[in-house]
Amino acid sequence: MRSIIAVALALASWPALASLNIFACTPEWGSLAHEIGGERADVYTATSALQDPHHIEARPSLIARARRADLVVCTGAELEVGWLPLVLTQSGNAKIQVGARGYFEAASAARLIEIPARVDRALGDVHAAGNPHLHLDPENVSRVAQALAQRMSVLDAKDAAYYIERGLDFEKRWRAAIARWEREAGPLKGLPLVVHHKNLSYLFAWIGMREVGTLEPKPGLPPSAAHLAELLAAMKQTPAKAVVRAAYNDARAAEWLAREAHIPAVVMPFTVGGSERAKDLFGLYDDSIAKLLAVLK
Amino acid sequence: MVRRLLCAAALAAALPPAQAQLSERSAGARAFNPDISLILQGTAASSSQDPEAYRIDGFAPPGGEVGPAPRGFSLGESELAISANIDPYFRGQLVAAFTPENEVEVEEAFFQTLALGQGFNLKGGRFLSGIGYQNSIHQHAWDFQDAPLAYKAFLGGRWNDDGVQLKWLAPTDLFLELGAELGNGRAFPATPNNRNGANAASVFAHLGGDWGASTAWRAGLSLLRARPEDRAFEDAGIVQSFTGTSKLWIADLVLKWAPNGNATVNSFRLQGEYFRRNEDGALTYDDGTAVTGDLASRQSGGYLQGVYQFMPRWRAGLRYDWLDRGTVDTAVPLAGPLAADYNPSRVTAMIDWSGTEFSRLRLQLAQDKSRAGVTDNQVVLQYLFSLGAHGAHTF
Repeated sequence: MRSIIAVALALASWPALASLNIFACTPEWGSLAHEIGGERADVYTATSALQDPHHIEARPSLIARARRADLVVCTGAELEVGWLPLVLTQSGNAKIQVGARGYFEAASAARLIEIPARVDRALGDVHAAGNPHLHLDPENVSRVAQALAQRMSVLDAKDAAYYIERGLDFEKRWRAAIARWEREAGPLKGLPLVVHHKNLSYLFAWIGMREVGTLEPKPGLPPSAAHLAELLAAMKQTPAKAVVRAAYNDARAAEWLAREAHIPAVVMPFTVGGSERAKDLFGLYDDSIAKLLAVLK
Repeated sequence: MVRRLLCAAALAAALPPAQAQLSERSAGARAFNPDISLILQGTAASSSQDPEAYRIDGFAPPGGEVGPAPRGFSLGESELAISANIDPYFRGQLVAAFTPENEVEVEEAFFQTLALGQGFNLKGGRFLSGIGYQNSIHQHAWDFQDAPLAYKAFLGGRWNDDGVQLKWLAPTDLFLELGAELGNGRAFPATPNNRNGANAASVFAHLGGDWGASTAWRAGLSLLRARPEDRAFEDAGIVQSFTGTSKLWIADLVLKWAPNGNATVNSFRLQGEYFRRNEDGALTYDDGTAVTGDLASRQSGGYLQGVYQFMPRWRAGLRYDWLDRGTVDTAVPLAGPLAADYNPSRVTAMIDWSGTEFSRLRLQLAQDKSRAGVTDNQVVLQYLFSLGAHGAHTF
C-alpha cells in the first residue's frame, strides 16, 4: 500500500505535467516563477544564494538545461552578462534568444536605482542600467510578478487564465505582506549600516536605512586593508550599528570590521535559499527584516 | 573620501529613471554598434637557450609560432574582438590579432546561427575549432602564457581552419554535444590542396555536468583527419615532405571546483589532454636528389595542469607536458628535428594576480626540454588587459 502511495506521489510530481520549462538565472526569479507557474511550470534555478551572481561560468550543466527551456527568467541590467550570452548561443534553443518571447528580463519591468551618470571601469563594476540587485524592493517584485504572469500566459496560451489568476493571487498575498513588513520595519528607519557590496541598496531605500560605507573600495573590488582602515576611521564621525553582507560575500572583512568597531556582523539571506528561513520570497523578506531588527535589540 | 563616494551614490540614486530611459533612447544609431573588446598583452622574458632556434625534437616542425616568448620586452599579440547579433537569425564575430611585427592576423571571423533550434548550431568562416579543450579558448584566457607542447607539436599551437561547423546539443540534463567540421586545411597538420571540397575534417563529442554544488566537469573526444599534400619543412638545405593521411585523436578532461560553486575566495581547476597522431603515406627526402618511400608514424603526447586560487585575486599553477616520439617507420632518411630519437618534456609553474576580471599580471617559470640534450630555463612576466565590452566566461 505504502509503495502504491509512493508511486502515486512520484507520478503527481512528474514534470511531464508541467507545460512550461523555465530556466531561472537566480533563486529569487526561480521562486517567483514557481509562485506564478505552480504545477504548470517546471523551474530550474541556475545559481544558488551562495554564489556571486556576477561571477558564474557557463558550465555545461547550465547549457544543457537552457537547451530545453521554454522561458529564461533573468535579472538583466548586465547582472548575467558574464555567462548568460554564452549559455544562450550555445544552447541551440531559438525560443530563448534575446528578443524572443522566451527571454524575460526582470529589469524590463522594474524600476532601477543608482543609475550611474558616468560609466567607466575605473569606477569599479558599474552597471550602465543601474543597480541590478533589484529584487530587494518589494514593489519591483510585484511589478516583475505581473509582467512574468503576462509573459507566461502568452507562452502557454491554453493555461493563460491559470497564470493570470496565480499572478493576482500572488499580488494579493504580497500586498498584505508588504503592509506587514512596512509596519515591522518601522523602527529600522534611519538605521546606519555598513554594507559589503552595494547589493542591498533596494532594501535600504525601501526601509529607509542609511548606508554609511561599503567594505568594497569600489563595486566589485575585494575589500583592502587600507580601505577598511579608512572606513573604520570614518565610522568615528558616522558610526554604523552593524555591518551587513549577503550570504555569498566573503565573511572576513565584515568580521574584522565588526570586531574593531564593536558592532554586530549580520549575514543577510540576500536571496531565496540564503538562510534557513528564506525558503521563498516571503521568507526572504521575513528573515531580512528579522535579522535587521535583531541589531536593535 | 567615503563621504564623497556617498554623495556620488546619492546623486546617482536621485536621478529619475525616466531620464535614464530617455538617454538610452537618444543613443539611437549608436545603440546598434557591435560589442567591441580589446586585449592588450605583452611579455618580458628571459631564456637560457635561444628562442629563435627553438625546435621540438622527434617531431616534424609544425610551422607557425610555436617558440617561447622572445627574449627581453615584447608586445605579444593585441586582440581586437568585434561581435553582435546580425539579425534574429545570425550572430557574427571577428577577432583580429595585431602582432609585434605590425601584421594583422585574422584569428576568427565567423557567423553563427541563432534560430536553427532543436539544439543545432551552425558556424561558418574562420573559427577556433571545437576539438580538444583548450583549442577553442582564446589565448588571453589560458592559464599559462603559452600553449601546451602537444598543441605546438600536433597543431602548430591551435586549429582554426576556414570552414563550417555543425554542433548539436542533446535534450538531456547531462550535457552531451556532438560536432563536425569541414575545412580548407589551411595550416599544419593539413595543407590547403588546390582541390574542390574539404581538405580537413573533424568530429568531436563533449560530455559534461556537475558533481554536487561545488564541482563541474567536461570530458571530450575528438578526431581531426587531414590529407596533406607535400607538407614540407626545410632543414640545413634538405627538404622533407609528406603526402598522405594524418589522423589526430584528442581526449580531454577538465574539472573545476569552488566551494558551493562560489569562486570568490578559493577555486581549483584541473585540466588535461592526451593527443595521439597516426600518419600514413609517402615521405620524401630531398637534398638535391629526391628519395621517396612509405611512412607510418605513431606519435603521442599530452599535458596535465592544475591551477589553484589560494586567495581572492591570486592563483598559482603547475603544468607538466610530455611528448612521446613513438614510432616513425620509414626507409627514407629523416631530416632535422624529425631525425632525433628524443621524447621532449617541460615543467611550467606560474603565479598570477588579477586586479579585476579585466586585468591580470603573471609570472611564469619553465624548464623546457623540447630540444635533445638541452634544458631551456625560461622566465616570463606577462600582462593581460581587457578593455571594452564584457566578454562572457567560457567554461
